[in-house]
Amino acid sequence: MSSTPDTKDPVIVGPDVIIDPEMCKGCNLCTYVCPTGVLLISESLNHLGFHPAEYTGEGCTGCGVCFYACPEPGAITVYKPPRKPKKQKEEV
Amino acid sequence: MNTVNEQVVLKWPESLYSEFERKPGEEKRATHYCPGCSHGVIHKLIAEAMDDFGIRDRTIFVSPVGCSVFGYYYFDCGNFQAAHGRAPAVATGAKRSRPDSIVISYQGDGDLAAIGTNNILHAANRGENITVFFVNNAIYGMTGGQMAPTTLEGQKTSTSPTGRDTSLTGKPLHMSELLATLDAPVYIERVAITDAKHILAARKAVRKALQTQIDRKGFTFVEILSTCPVGWKMDPQEAKGWLEENMMKVFPLGVFKDQVKETEPLPVPVTPIPAEEVPEILFKGMSAFERTGEPDWGDVPERYREPKIKVAGFGGQGILFLGALLSNVALRKNFHVTWLPAYGPESRGGTANCNVVISTRPVAAPLITEPEVVMAFNGPSMDRFEPLVEPGGVLMYNSSLVSQEPVRDDIENVAVPATGLAVELGDGKVANLIMLGAYLSHTGMFTEEDVNEALNAVIKYKEMLELDRKAVARGFQYIRESQ
Amino acid sequence: MPVRFVKGNEAILQGAILAGCRAFYGYPITPSSEIAESAARLMPAIGGVFLQSESEIGAIQMVYGASGAGLRVLTASSSPGISLKLEGISYLVGSRIPAVIVNIMRGGPGLGNIAPAQGDYFQMVKGGGHGDYRLIALAPNSPQEMCDLTMLAFDLADKYMNPAAIMADGFTGQMMEAVEFPDPVTDLPNKPWSVQGNAETAGNLINSIYLDPEELEDRVRKLFEVYAVIEKEEVRSEEFYTDDAELITVGYGIVSRLLLSAVEIARADGLKVGLIRPITLWPFPSVRLGELARGTKKFLVSEMSTGQMVEDVRLAVNGRVPVDFYGRWGGVVPSVEELRKAIYEAYPEGETS
Repeated sequence: MSSTPDTKDPVIVGPDVIIDPEMCKGCNLCTYVCPTGVLLISESLNHLGFHPAEYTGEGCTGCGVCFYACPEPGAITVYKPPRKPKKQKEEV
Repeated sequence: MNTVNEQVVLKWPESLYSEFERKPGEEKRATHYCPGCSHGVIHKLIAEAMDDFGIRDRTIFVSPVGCSVFGYYYFDCGNFQAAHGRAPAVATGAKRSRPDSIVISYQGDGDLAAIGTNNILHAANRGENITVFFVNNAIYGMTGGQMAPTTLEGQKTSTSPTGRDTSLTGKPLHMSELLATLDAPVYIERVAITDAKHILAARKAVRKALQTQIDRKGFTFVEILSTCPVGWKMDPQEAKGWLEENMMKVFPLGVFKDQVKETEPLPVPVTPIPAEEVPEILFKGMSAFERTGEPDWGDVPERYREPKIKVAGFGGQGILFLGALLSNVALRKNFHVTWLPAYGPESRGGTANCNVVISTRPVAAPLITEPEVVMAFNGPSMDRFEPLVEPGGVLMYNSSLVSQEPVRDDIENVAVPATGLAVELGDGKVANLIMLGAYLSHTGMFTEEDVNEALNAVIKYKEMLELDRKAVARGFQYIRESQ
Repeated sequence: MPVRFVKGNEAILQGAILAGCRAFYGYPITPSSEIAESAARLMPAIGGVFLQSESEIGAIQMVYGASGAGLRVLTASSSPGISLKLEGISYLVGSRIPAVIVNIMRGGPGLGNIAPAQGDYFQMVKGGGHGDYRLIALAPNSPQEMCDLTMLAFDLADKYMNPAAIMADGFTGQMMEAVEFPDPVTDLPNKPWSVQGNAETAGNLINSIYLDPEELEDRVRKLFEVYAVIEKEEVRSEEFYTDDAELITVGYGIVSRLLLSAVEIARADGLKVGLIRPITLWPFPSVRLGELARGTKKFLVSEMSTGQMVEDVRLAVNGRVPVDFYGRWGGVVPSVEELRKAIYEAYPEGETS
């Protein structure tokens, strides 16, 4: 998983979570709220001097809770599971 | 049909700057907030709503004093930074100037619930169509962990080192409950930034408050229980637990007021009229006149020219009006005039007096201490001003009400039974105009026609005009007959 | 030009509206309440904003918000109320926000009384609020000037991005005189710096916090560069009989009119007495006073205070000639007769009176 998120990257298909370790302050709030427990705190230090959160790489449901719990705007990006466009739904 | 699945991405909101250029230092992508601080979460919730509602361009964000003093580092919209506690007043000024804007007042507990209590209470009570986000973390964060009005009983802070003693400092202030007692606010809710459930509830409240403002329905207030791990001397996890176990007990979550559905949108504000049309409204009902030439005393005897006049009596005798009418008469004859009333306590308690100076030159001093003319309408005025008349001056007195005789023999004393004559005309209130007529007749300064012309211009109630004219005429007649 | 007979306090509001002011925020206090009362009547009638605020502090912060949003805004108060507004005034300056603030000065200190006084000179002219700043301070002495100087105050405030104050007193506020009102201003200055809640101004920030001392020093330096221009360009004063004067009296506001009467009496008696009346108290006519000090023998300053402006006169005169002072305070207005006596006593040559 790339450490520099490009949210416009069309290749990424949810569910997925991307954590930018250089924007993380290691507060642990995301690991605490993650319902599937797939986020942990890294052993390594980032340039800010914190142990950033990291994704184990498997099991993210794209629920987005970690995104909302994270106080930093750029540390976490969540790709929700793709859903059908609304129009389609109506037709169905 | 091609089916392209919609990929929803939760990412850096566009309503937050992508680089924090206003933030000093090298680090332009991370906030200045401490690890685990709730401010960043709340910023994201607000910014996400601004994105989703498409209101970024018209949002005006007011930052308080406190840790969020630098809100303008982050919010990519119009920004104000306000003095401590004053954000609701600043927001009021901005919103009323720009009714189409979306105004957010973002405040902490010291800012809103201590130094700014007066401002928030009244902004709420006026029902300003603004949204207030109240970040309650029970401590002063920025100044280094002092006691806040919302600090819990027993909570240790740097200014309550042994724990808050509520017998000395009062109990924690419940702002949501307090504001919910007011009529005007339409939506007040207390939420918390802790676990997923509570954060999503907070998100919903933030969005509801902003949507209500967009719908022009009035004042919305969201109190957000927040953690301050550094101020509380806890790690972020502990802080979360402490909030849930302690703060939520003192500050129960919930909706304290919700009248959004039944509230009608506020009326669309009036736009200011064009500048060109302003004078008509500004000067409506005010008589205007052109100067037609140079003032000239004509045949008026030397001793009556350039008079400094004091008119005195009790309130309700039309003392100030007499002075103003005389001024108007003189102005219409191109003279320079000042009119100065006694004001304040002097004008209460039943006495009234005014100074009128009429001159062919611009008047310097409007205040008269040695009048050349005194018109005294009652005994106390006579007592007070008779001694001040300049030697050779004129004392006109209302002999219907002034029982004493003048004592001065170095001035002209003219008795006019003004009240009596006024009652004969049917209304004692026109004694002032009788006295004016008498004065002008005695001195020859201006004619009855001059007064009538001014009366026509200044009297708003035309039904009064006839009696007024009669009274002036009676004054002139009285002097003619008695001479 | 038609003239209208109006009160000074009303002329302030009328001048403000003619100058394009469309918002008034204030709190009632005697003797300035009539300005708020006029605003309550007139602002809604022209589609403007009138709001009686919760406090003087609230009022000045609403001015901050409204002016920051790009409007011409007025507030008016009287001495104790101005004390409360000083917080906001400092923020207005710090954020470079124009505004016009009227002080109808009354007797102090404390609650004092509501009679005319000039004891707020230091407060208004020397700062008053925290930090390094100046208020543009204009001192009208007639209803005509209440209108004209209010209009000027809006122009100066916008031009220099600094609040401007009208310093008047209860007499000038209550007095009625003929006023010629100018035409309304139709071309208001564009305010690209303001925060209007639209796309064009969404990048703007109204702010006075500069944590880096050197950045703040630079910011204040720029402010004082603007002040240097104001001191050069905007000094206004009026003189009477100063050409050959052996004694020049100095007074502002209502005192200048009382002094003029006294000066004219003295002139009739053959005394060579003149009068200079500062119209701008800041910028102060120091240069002109310095020039006059070369041609006269003495100054006599009169104020309705224990002597505040007199310090600026002494600085301007810089010891060249003596500067006497005659003051009344606590709301007492000097009579023309006592000013005449003060002139005769101060007159440099010999026994008079």
